[in-house]
Amino acid sequence: MKKNPIDDKVFDILVILLSVALLILTLYPLLYVLSASFSDPVAVTKGELWLLPKGFTLDGYEAIFDYEPIWIGYRNTIFYSIAGTILSLFFTLPCAYALSRKDVKGRNIFMFLFLFTMFFNGGMIPTYLAMKQFRLLDTIWAVLIPGVVGVSNVIIARTYFATSVPWEIQEAAIVDGCSNTKLFLKIVLPLSMPIVAVLTLYAFVYQWNQFFNALIYLSDSNLYPLQLYLRNILLMDQMNALLEGDSEARQALLERIQLKESMKYGIVVVSSLPVLIIYPFLQKYFAKGVMMGAIKG
Amino acid sequence: MTKDQNMKCQVKKTNSRRFSGKSIWNNWELYLFMLPALLYILLYCYYPMYGVQIAFKNFRASAGIQGSEWVGMEHFVKFLGNPVSWELIRNTLSISILALVIGFPAPIIFALIVNELKSKRFQKMVQTISYAPHFISTVVLVSMLTSLLDPSTGIINKILGIVGGGPYDFMSRADWFAGIYVISDIWQHVGWNAVIYLAALAGIDYELHEAAMMDGASRLKRIWHINLPGILPTIAILLILQTGNLMSVGFEKVFLMQNPLNLETSEIISTFVYKMGLQYRQYSYSTAIGLFNSIINLVLLVSVNFFAKKASGHGLW
Repeated sequence: MKKNPIDDKVFDILVILLSVALLILTLYPLLYVLSASFSDPVAVTKGELWLLPKGFTLDGYEAIFDYEPIWIGYRNTIFYSIAGTILSLFFTLPCAYALSRKDVKGRNIFMFLFLFTMFFNGGMIPTYLAMKQFRLLDTIWAVLIPGVVGVSNVIIARTYFATSVPWEIQEAAIVDGCSNTKLFLKIVLPLSMPIVAVLTLYAFVYQWNQFFNALIYLSDSNLYPLQLYLRNILLMDQMNALLEGDSEARQALLERIQLKESMKYGIVVVSSLPVLIIYPFLQKYFAKGVMMGAIKG
Repeated sequence: MTKDQNMKCQVKKTNSRRFSGKSIWNNWELYLFMLPALLYILLYCYYPMYGVQIAFKNFRASAGIQGSEWVGMEHFVKFLGNPVSWELIRNTLSISILALVIGFPAPIIFALIVNELKSKRFQKMVQTISYAPHFISTVVLVSMLTSLLDPSTGIINKILGIVGGGPYDFMSRADWFAGIYVISDIWQHVGWNAVIYLAALAGIDYELHEAAMMDGASRLKRIWHINLPGILPTIAILLILQTGNLMSVGFEKVFLMQNPLNLETSEIISTFVYKMGLQYRQYSYSTAIGLFNSIINLVLLVSVNFFAKKASGHGLW
């Protein structure tokens, strides 16, 4: 270590420079979108925008606030994300705890039942037909159900319960006549908040960012989550409501098209912000959650 | 320490004696805990597997799964006899092989770099920021791609214009589809995927580094001879998983990135299954293709795991 202090310094500086370069690569597209959403759309399309907003304006955001489908989608997504998270925790945590207990007979069989679904599934159409048969198409359940039990989440939580909650404590409680339900709710869960936090975040983000289930199971646009509206607006160019009307004059049409461009950036910001604000607070638990799943996958 | 372990053993012994025989009854609540999730996978995962039989039938909605007539391997023969199918397989494989070759090492390299940062605060900051793209939805990511790569207004082409290249219509070029897919995937997930390697790196015994430093090993040498071998088991497991999934490329992002101009390379098995099944309502044909795909994946995973275990001793099971 003392042999080459200069080499070591050079190495440190190189590592820092490399990290800074990677940070810029990560952040630049995000900051660009953020700036573009506050900028004059003409400047953006002409390529005058580099990093900071050019010709600051809130027109894009104003148009977004007046654009109803976004808010229907937003409302639905908030509902799906909260309900989906609660359902997911309710189904996943108790099951994972039971699977973590060595004194549960036949737990390997149950574990196999769960694991097998990770490597083989019925596929798109048979699942669709099952959902149809259960009469769940075009209901909120079609969006909620696919995210309820993620087998990888069950494994993560099971491993956490098995390795991080001392068995001695649980056993002492059992010997004292504590029921399993009480043991789980009063002793195990309070000791397992990191994994609860990780699973909450996973479930919430899954629902927040999900569009595929809605795409195949829903046709009633009143039930669409935000992401499906976003897909129609951002990628399929369905902002007709905005473009229709008295757009006879060429100039007005052009302005509308440009406004639409800046709306796109604003919509990206408005839809991504909630999750981007939440995750840093739960960050300290990530390593735990991700690692747990890997040790005994 | 040993005394403590002895005590533990004793506790376990008495414990198993006390609970033996009555254990199922004692733990009835725990079975109840499992019930909701079990019912869920039975209905949502296993019941559809029963429906897979329509891959060997001609499904008619009026007759139902049970009542439709059997046609044997007809749909599989039809799929494999169609030259388009081989294009789908080729497209799927070229995306996943590119993802394996450049996408797989990326988080490992990222983790090794970040791990070398001396300031823990800066290290944490780098990590926090690197997670951000992971939390963006696929819809938003693809819309960012189309905006930033736009031939006339996108910033990437503006930058290329300064150095004298372009403009390129990136999203419409079939030959760049896989590249854009994989590079944007690295951008989005490299930080997140590095978490597991960073956690593994944190678990490496520091004494190894101290001993190596005494011997005068340089930083690079220590990364190569201590850090990399230290995370090798983790690398092996993730590599097995990824190779086992070689024939399945996520539906969402490819579907969203598709346009008529790049379809030649962007039509993959999963998007084709979706179109055949839900747009053209060819339920049986679509199910057969999906089944063919999952079986290949299963075979791949099992054999890769088998060979990995033989070669390195690391495996999934």
